[in-house]
Amino acid sequence: MDFLRPASWEEALAAKAEHPTAVPIAGGTDVMVEINFDHRRPEYLLDLNRIGDLEEWEVGEESVRLGASVPYTKIMEHLRGELPGLALASHTVASPQIRNRGGVGGNLGTASPAGDAHPALLAAGAEVEAESVRGSRLIPIDAFYTGVKRNALAPDELIRAVHIKKADGPQQYSKVGTRNAMVIAVCAFGLALHPETRTVRTGIGSAAPTPVRAKAAEEFLNAALEEGGFWDNGKIITPSVAKQFADLCAGACNPIDDVRGTASYRRHAVGVMARRTLTWTWESYRGTDGQTHQKGSVA
Amino acid sequence: MRVHFTVNGRPQEADDVWEGESLLYVLRERLGLPGSKNACEQGECGSCTVRLDGLPVCSCLVAAGQVEGREVVTVEGLADFAKQRAEHGGCASGACGTSLQDAREWAAEGHDSQTGEGTELSPVQQAFIDAGAVQCGFCTPGLLVAADEMLERHPNPTDADIREALSGNLCRCTGYEKIMDAVRLAAARQGEAV
Ligand SMILES: Cc1cc2nc3c(=O)[nH]c(=O)nc-3n(C[C@H](O)[C@H](O)[C@H](O)COP(=O)(O)OP(=O)(O)OC[C@H]3O[C@@H](n4cnc5c(N)ncnc54)[C@H](O)[C@@H]3O)c2cc1C
Ligand code: FES
Ligand code: FES
Repeated sequence: MDFLRPASWEEALAAKAEHPTAVPIAGGTDVMVEINFDHRRPEYLLDLNRIGDLEEWEVGEESVRLGASVPYTKIMEHLRGELPGLALASHTVASPQIRNRGGVGGNLGTASPAGDAHPALLAAGAEVEAESVRGSRLIPIDAFYTGVKRNALAPDELIRAVHIKKADGPQQYSKVGTRNAMVIAVCAFGLALHPETRTVRTGIGSAAPTPVRAKAAEEFLNAALEEGGFWDNGKIITPSVAKQFADLCAGACNPIDDVRGTASYRRHAVGVMARRTLTWTWESYRGTDGQTHQKGSVA
Repeated sequence: MRVHFTVNGRPQEADDVWEGESLLYVLRERLGLPGSKNACEQGECGSCTVRLDGLPVCSCLVAAGQVEGREVVTVEGLADFAKQRAEHGGCASGACGTSLQDAREWAAEGHDSQTGEGTELSPVQQAFIDAGAVQCGFCTPGLLVAADEMLERHPNPTDADIREALSGNLCRCTGYEKIMDAVRLAAARQGEAV
């Protein structure tokens, strides 16, 4: 095994181009488990810890450019206002020790259906900035997850950053597990209200081979909210609309039975979380001012 | 490969390190510091917790090569670390700290907690003993490092702060109540001292 220690982003890209099988290691909270248990013996480990740029973020007009290695702890501490859904999701990851190391770049690299960043990214709207010596491209988050633990990165590409839309309304994240800490999601649900575009977006974790959005549910809800003038009158969402939304979210799942839960339990739980997160976010939206929800003023 | 890094305030180097080796392995097997425990090697138990550039991390999940040039504090250096923090608000690298030899020989000798005389334990270590928070002791080093760091950030922690900070540390013996007592005790004594 070789341990590659690029001191800059350019060096890292060059190393990845030269050794496309090199395994990047950021926080190491996925990679080291595999090495410790001999599940993986990469020829090259490509350490990203020396590249300070990857641990920085920039808050822009429309979005936050989050460096691939920004640890979850920093997201919770500094980006709760801009990225409330991701901050909530980050807080559910493992433990303080893991959150001090692990970040969204690693979560995307692993692309586990249970990764907690994914539902939040899907709901907020995001693009993955992937780069190689050949150039840089933005991969829409909906196109990033290509299969169980597979993603759209080419062998010579690294994740530089994730561009995540700043919240323009309330966001929520909900996760089912056996205890509060150190739990891989049985299933998870992220929801974001986007008052500016009068849309609602969702993200489902651990209930399909990849993280997914409940698109039919979103379309139904967007139409129902529009039709009832809800965005303007700020009325309580009728129980029948909420129920239909929840059922459609449950229907978007394609879960399996495993040690953590059965498929039917997962479907049921996703429906419950969908209804709850919709209620929480809508209450927060109504509570702020009902009509002109201010950008970034998230409860 | 060879790795140079600071351990408990003193520069150290480890030789013949395998590229896939963890920081935990280097500390225990190459530097002779077995205080950090190995119970799961997968980040679940927290018994290998050390501070890396100040932050509590699971040393079993840090690749040895990743600590090149960085600072690590282990449980063996915790008493000195806490003392120096109390006295000078910290320590410039190399100027104080704990030598490898002292760290290897470090032992939690019982001291008189009533008088506090000759105490060589950090406040949180003494509190763990006094509160009866140590049974088999396997989880203790990780808990001490995590609890000490929490007390640095939250001098007057709520129970929720304590639970949150220790949520990555498992204990199979105590049922956690005595551990909670110990951290509350350490916080209270810290408050009195100021
Ligand atoms: C005890 C424990 C509990 C956990 N609990 C949770 C949990 O509750 N929720 C959750 O979502 N995850 C959990 N995880 C998994 C892990 O912590 C997360 O997936 C984390 O986000 C990984 O980030 P990292 O920086 O540590 O990744 P690493 O382990 O460094 O890398 C992970 C993968 O991403 C690749 N990679 C990393 N950075 C880049 C980059 N810039 N470009 C391209 N590829 C890259 C690596 O090659 C590797 O394949 C847990 C892990 C442990 C050990
Ligand atoms: S040995 Fe590192 S967390 Fe258990
Ligand atoms: S005292 Fe035995 S594991 Fe905690």
